[in-house]
Parts: sequence; structure tokens; C-alpha cells
Amino acid sequence: MTGRNGHAGHVTEPAPKPAHPPVQREVEVVGRRPVNAYVELSLAAPEIAERAEPGQFLAFAIGGETSALLLRRSIAIAGAGDGVVSVVVAPHGPGSTWLAGLRVGERVDVVGPLGRPFPAAPAGARALLVGGGYGAAALVGLAARLRSQGHEVAAVAGAASADRLCSVAELSALAAPVEVTTDDGSAGRTGRVTVAVDELLTGVGVVYACGPMAMLRAVADAATALGIPSYVAVEESMACGIGVCMTCVLPVVGEDGRTRFSRSCVEGPVFGGDRVRFDDVGKLPHDVVGADAMGVVAP
Amino acid sequence: MTVVETGVDMRTALGAVEIPGPVLTASGCSAFGQELEPFVDLTALGAVVTKSVQLRPRSGRPTPRMAETPSGMLNSIGLQGPGIDGLLAEDLPWLAERGARAFVSIAGTRVEDFAELAERLRGVPGVLGLEVNISCPNVESRGEVFACDPVAASDVLSAVRAAADPAQPVYAKLSPDVTDIVSVARAVRDAGADGLSMINTLLGLVIDPDTMRPVLGGVTGGLSGPAIRPVALRCVWQVHAAMPEVPILGMGGIRNGLDALQFVLAGASAVSVGTAVFNDPSAPVRIHDELAAVLAARGFASLSDAVGHAHRPAGVER
Repeated sequence: MTGRNGHAGHVTEPAPKPAHPPVQREVEVVGRRPVNAYVELSLAAPEIAERAEPGQFLAFAIGGETSALLLRRSIAIAGAGDGVVSVVVAPHGPGSTWLAGLRVGERVDVVGPLGRPFPAAPAGARALLVGGGYGAAALVGLAARLRSQGHEVAAVAGAASADRLCSVAELSALAAPVEVTTDDGSAGRTGRVTVAVDELLTGVGVVYACGPMAMLRAVADAATALGIPSYVAVEESMACGIGVCMTCVLPVVGEDGRTRFSRSCVEGPVFGGDRVRFDDVGKLPHDVVGADAMGVVAP
Repeated sequence: MTVVETGVDMRTALGAVEIPGPVLTASGCSAFGQELEPFVDLTALGAVVTKSVQLRPRSGRPTPRMAETPSGMLNSIGLQGPGIDGLLAEDLPWLAERGARAFVSIAGTRVEDFAELAERLRGVPGVLGLEVNISCPNVESRGEVFACDPVAASDVLSAVRAAADPAQPVYAKLSPDVTDIVSVARAVRDAGADGLSMINTLLGLVIDPDTMRPVLGGVTGGLSGPAIRPVALRCVWQVHAAMPEVPILGMGGIRNGLDALQFVLAGASAVSVGTAVFNDPSAPVRIHDELAAVLAARGFASLSDAVGHAHRPAGVER
């Protein structure tokens, strides 16, 4: 596959920087709604809502100013409008469980909107949106924007099981067709999202995806193999969300064809799907800028 | 600003260079300052302490690089950075244009690396001074850092002091992972260090109970955050007791003004705020204001009056 080693042939441009800087605010929870295995929180945050673009995320402080959990939790924005911004929280560890337990009227410290939004679709292009688990929530605002710009939008929502699906109703109001897949067959078609993606790619001009890394890789590879640009929003764990901690890096090929450890929070979370070196996540390849100074040399 | 609000004179100094306030960022916790601009007035900080720079660009270590721990975190970044050329071309001019003071952290694997970095930073606009990182645990030699050996540490500091701009104070950043931090502090002071930054992270480990393997790609990492505050405070206390004339930049788990006050009372004349920035990006300015308020509440007219106060016998007041 060209491009993976920095050769020409990338079909994506790096996602553009956001139009507005983030703000830090203590905001009130104004809505809480269980959604299958998840919890959707709505926050009264007008300055964030008016700045937010699809693909961006919020970084939450956990547990108040004396909390022993210091690291921010970064969660994709699921909706923004009328002074309210919403996220879908998947409770798994102590931090996300605390967030999911917030009640209406309680307050939480949030920074956002953060990260680079999904870039615009090519003029007239039919778009395919692919969401894995709660990652589908990050695509609802994008689907609305694409429709308002006159694009045809199709979507695939996949999950391990029916209770891990998310935002299917919201996407169904904006996209057609909307295919559902589950690994265990408890809803929609049995299998991974790729069983539907492979069928829907024909005639598509751009693919957008949000979800677990393995899903993003499969979707990006399928699109790239057909020469279709894809943009993936990654869910790397971050300590700060604002670009200072350097923990959320991925090996990403830049415009100059060189691979760098790029921060998912400020260079992402949206990357060109053909620019993320999925094979090399968790490794230090010799051709990453600065690997030589780490003592890693070409074989 | 704060002087008007609380009446406390918050001015202090790094070596011989006066700074308007005692709260700085901590190296490695605020990159090169740019990302904090939406949240803090960088010019209001004592200085921006930059992420450690080396001669060449460095990729840093593979991921995972971070694990949350009780009241802290473990990191294994591996000094990812642009190298001195990138720092001089982009990051330092960006800070200088805004009038922010840079306290530049330098790191290397050889004594000559440190000296060359100090040489390259002579006279650079906006560079207030140098923090010599001889204690990063995330380097190739792991625990065997310069700061664990008084002789190696003093070799670095004497080379840096000789090469550096005489107008730039040189601080040695020390590791708590030593048997006797006072002996290392004394060695670098005798080698010409103008001050001491204490402490760097402690070397730690986290194992994932599911994979049953170390969480971090680098296996071990540096522990930071409020969990290490008592260790840091003890180090500041011991060194100030032995060498009260040596300026100390205190750091290690400072999260609010009362935490910063403890470091000042133990002997620090300035403090760095590190991991707390991940939790609260506006923490450096908030902590400055909180520190001014808690000093005022205790009757201190100036920050300098409070430095080392805890060492004075009880009953000996201001």
C-alpha cells in the first residue's frame, strides 16, 4: 500500500485546525438519559455549544477539586445547539462511572471544544458514516451538517451486541440507508461493520468513522483500497486533552510524507484514515521523526 | 494585580533574576506553553518552564505512555521534542513575542550535550535561565541518571555553568530516587548551580491485571502528582535545612495555594505546577492567586518573608 511509508499517494489532507480556541467552564448538567449501556449527558455550556464542530470532543475533570482521579476524560461531542452540548458516556472505569452518575443540576468542570473537526466532504460527494459502539454518537452532528450541505449520507452503526449500539435512531433520521451490525447478531446483521461497509462503499466519495481502533483500521483500509478518502476520529486515552501531556500520540504520516508521533488531542482526534499507521500503533518504527535519537535505526 | 488585591508582595527571583510571581509551569507538563494560552496569561507566570530539549529531535517512546495512579500518574514519554533547532526557530520566539519568560529545560546523554545546549541558548531573547534535567527517569539508562551520582551531576552542572550565558541562572533538577539528596544538592551547588529544582518524578511501575503485563510501553515510568507531594516536600526541607542560602524551585504534586504554601514554608522561593495542569489547565494562575491569599491570611507582607518559615522555632514569628 503506497503512502504507508511516506510515499506519494495519500488521498486525504490532514484535518484542519478548529476555528475557535477552547474554553474551560464549570457547567450544569441539564439532562441525563440512559441510552442502552450508555448515559447521554446534556450540559448547559453556551460558549462551548456555539464553538463546537462535528468530530471535536470535551475533556472532563473527574470528582471535584479534591478527587484522586487527576486525569481528564475526553469524550466526543454528540450534539451541540441552543446553548447545550451533549456527550454519550460509556461507564467502564471509575472516572467514566463517576461521570455517568452525574445528576441533573450537578456541576462539572469541562474544557472544550477540543481537537480538529471532521473536514468538509468533497462537493457533491455521497458520504458514508461508520460508528462503532458509542462512537456513533460523534457522527450525528456530522450527518446533520452533511445533509444541510446537500450531501447524500449513508451510515453503519455496529457494536458487540444490541445494548452497545448508540445513536441509531438519530442517524436514521438523517441518513439512508442506515445499516446495523452486531458481533453476536442480537440486532441487525451478524458480524463486524465491514460486512455492511463493503457493500455501501460503491459510489461513496468520502468515509467518516468513529469507534475502536480495530474498526477504524478496517474501515480506513477498505476505503483506501478503493481510493476513497476516509477520516477517522480516534479514541486514544488522554491525560489532558489540550496537547501538553504527550501521552496520546499515534504514528501519523504528515503532508510532507514523514511519520511523526502526533497527538490525538490537537493533531487529531480526526486523522486521514490513510495517514494513521495502524500496524505501528504501540511501536516505535525507525522512520518516525526522532526515532534515531531514541537509538532506533533502520534495519 | 495580585499585589493590589492581597497586599502581599509576590515578587521573587530565580538566581539573580527577579520574576513577578513565584508560580511557574513544570517541565514536561505544559509543552512549550502555547497550548495553555487559552487558559492562562503566560506573561503573568513567573516563567514557562519548557519541556526538556535535547540536541536532536526525539520521537519519544511508543505508547501506552500513561497510567493513572492514586492521586497521580505514571508517565513514560521519553522526552519527545523538536530538538534545539526547532525550539530556537519556533517555540522560544513564540514565547518571546508574547513577553513570556522561558526557563528552558535541557537534557542530554553526555556532559557535552548539556554544554552545547547551554551554549546555543546564550543570549536568546526571552530565555530567563536554564533548568538542567539530570534526573529524567525515562531515558535509556533508566534509574542510572546523572542526578543519582554526585560526581556525574556536578560534571554536568560545571560544564553547563561554564558554557551558559552568565546572565542566565542555572538550576539543577534533582531526583528523589537517591539515598542522600543533600549530598547531590551540595555537589551541584559546588559545581556552580545557581539554584535547585526539586523534585523530578519517582520511578514507578503499574501492571495491568487483565494482560498481566506492565501497562506502559516503556515498562517503568515517572510518578507525579499529589501522591509524591510529601516526598518532594521532605526533599526541599532537607536541602534548605542544610543550605539555606541556595534558591529552591519546589515542585511535586502542587495542586492549590495551600500546597504551594507548604513548599514555600519548607524553603522554596518559587514553585512549579506540573501534573495539576492536566487536571486544570488554568491551575498555574489559580495557584498564584490562592498562594497570595493564604500568605495574606497568615499575615505575611511578602512571599520572601515566608520562605523557610517552617524551619524557625515555633513562637518565632514574623
